[in-house]
Amino acid sequence: MVDVLVCVKRVVDSSSEVVLTEDAQSVDGRFAGFTMSAHEECAVELTVQLTADAGTARVMTLGDADAVEQLRHALAVGCSDATHVVADANAFGPADVAREIAAVVHDHDTQLVLLGNDAADSGDFQVGIRLAYELGWPVVNGASTVSVADGTVTASGTGPDGHETYRVPLPAVVTVLEGGIEPRYPTVPGRMKAKRVPIEERQPTTEPTGPSRVRLLRPPPAPSVVQVLGEGADAAPAVVDVLEQLGVLSR
Amino acid sequence: MILVLVETSLEGEATEVSLEALTLARSLSTAGSDRPVDAVVVGQPPDELLATLGSYGVRRVHALTGEAFTSYAAAAWASGLLSVRHGAGSDTVMAAGTPRGNEVMAHVAARAGVAMAANVLRVEGLTPFVVTRQVVGGAALEEMRLADRLAVLTVAGHAVEPTPAADPGSAELVVETPEIADADLVARVVSTEAPEPDLSGDLTSARVVVGAGRGAGSADGFADLLELTDLLGASLGVSRVVTSLGWRPHHEQVGQTGSRISPDLYVPCGISGAIQHWAGCSSAKAILAINTDAEAPMVTRATYAVIGDLHEVVPAINAEIRRRRG
Ligand SMILES: Cc1cc2nc3c(=O)[nH]c(=O)nc-3n(C[C@H](O)[C@H](O)[C@H](O)COP(=O)(O)OP(=O)(O)OC[C@H]3O[C@@H](n4cnc5c(N)ncnc54)[C@H](O)[C@@H]3O)c2cc1C
Repeated sequence: MVDVLVCVKRVVDSSSEVVLTEDAQSVDGRFAGFTMSAHEECAVELTVQLTADAGTARVMTLGDADAVEQLRHALAVGCSDATHVVADANAFGPADVAREIAAVVHDHDTQLVLLGNDAADSGDFQVGIRLAYELGWPVVNGASTVSVADGTVTASGTGPDGHETYRVPLPAVVTVLEGGIEPRYPTVPGRMKAKRVPIEERQPTTEPTGPSRVRLLRPPPAPSVVQVLGEGADAAPAVVDVLEQLGVLSR
Repeated sequence: MILVLVETSLEGEATEVSLEALTLARSLSTAGSDRPVDAVVVGQPPDELLATLGSYGVRRVHALTGEAFTSYAAAAWASGLLSVRHGAGSDTVMAAGTPRGNEVMAHVAARAGVAMAANVLRVEGLTPFVVTRQVVGGAALEEMRLADRLAVLTVAGHAVEPTPAADPGSAELVVETPEIADADLVARVVSTEAPEPDLSGDLTSARVVVGAGRGAGSADGFADLLELTDLLGASLGVSRVVTSLGWRPHHEQVGQTGSRISPDLYVPCGISGAIQHWAGCSSAKAILAINTDAEAPMVTRATYAVIGDLHEVVPAINAEIRRRRG
């Protein structure tokens, strides 16, 4: 039995074009919509699996009132409890977020915290690691499988030399990387149940020191230089000419 | 002094992305206060590695050795780096923006209580220290100020062309065996399984990559693409849709949440070129897109394109290659 806290972040769905707010301080999600970071969807799935037999699966987020949508999603796929630290996430840097998560951990007797390896928007790679230092717990990063037995967490993921395994004692922090696991979709009964779960609302424990952002920018568009070699199978000789010119056929 | 963590391959060579990070570090050193660039490597470096680092303008190579460094533990690496930094007095610590580089730098930043900038593309100014980095998977950039006494950053893959120094020197080797606390060894790799050999090969270093997306149609729709991969001696890279649908394994994925590739030629077949995929392949020197949609972003950003169904185009290319080879 293990009590797991999984941390999720409401981010702009960047599958369509990214638009910046007028003050260039954040990404404008009004048109694109919002989602949970991809790695965190996997962290939620692992949490649900780890607690399927016993233990609590608590999901938390730090974000504005709308971030409740991501909490409800996690509840709909099997998390049992939820905590919402209501705050403007843009004002919180990675160290600030780690501190707020640590406060939730302390209040809920958590033994294992799962987070995404990095958030899809800020790409900071830091919250999980800073949280571990805040708590004085070991941290495994970039895991795609996690299991718990006899007070030990076994987590594994792909490293530069192959598939790497870590074994750390509880309590611990693990950051999850997309890939080893398929997140489930909410079912209709799951959604109905999620609507009824009471969500613990809290205020941040301290004033954020803020991210170190000056401003956001759009990358300059790459000029199109495409040379169309033809249509359909008839283009094959022209393609192979190009492969020869580029020297990639010389095997 | 600028301290750069240099990652090495199994053969003991500096990885390309680490050489890129060294190149950026050297440009800071020459643009600013003549601060020397030192490297940190884990384990005893072979002579060839020392020679390479010298040719990249590294003044000193600090080799972290001892039992604590026999298997990977991010906290131990960070502790070792900070002890080198302490001894040598550096104000900037950086690494390549690899999973390991980002992880170790995040430990360094957390331990030192300073900010960290991940995936930096360029440095805008030294006083104050302002960097531009990739966010939202490369769909946006962020200017970020690193105002602390120690600047910690990682360099985005292929943001900089790796270039040896104009005046190469020979790097001095300093072997260090710092004290590592037991707590920093709790999370260490206990076993490593070599990856199964497959057609994805080493995507990040492949010269040619054949890409496959939803256009492949199904798990069974890869036969011609695999043949093209084989004929070109290439690696296979796929889009996230392909791995999500379970058609191919995740380690073949190219993009924001997959591998970042920089081949001489990328041949994306039936891939739309969504920004998250583009984040992983934009460093390809040439792109030859095969797609039914002439307006797909991958086509409009490609160097060459063929408009058509990959299930017709790819077999015809394979046949033409076989014909020319006789
Ligand atoms: C946080 C996050 C992270 C992500 N990370 C990644 C990532 O790492 N890598 C990644 O790839 N994606 C990633 N994505 C997903 C990305 O947004 C796209 O959904 C995905 O890349 C689309 O894959 P696709 O191009 O194969 O499919 P589609 O977008 O469906 O495009 C299929 C293309 O194939 C063409 N086509 C169809 N049939 C044929 C045919 N018979 N012959 C030729 N062409 C054909 C179509 O014209 C179209 O252009 C991420 C998304 C998010 C939100």
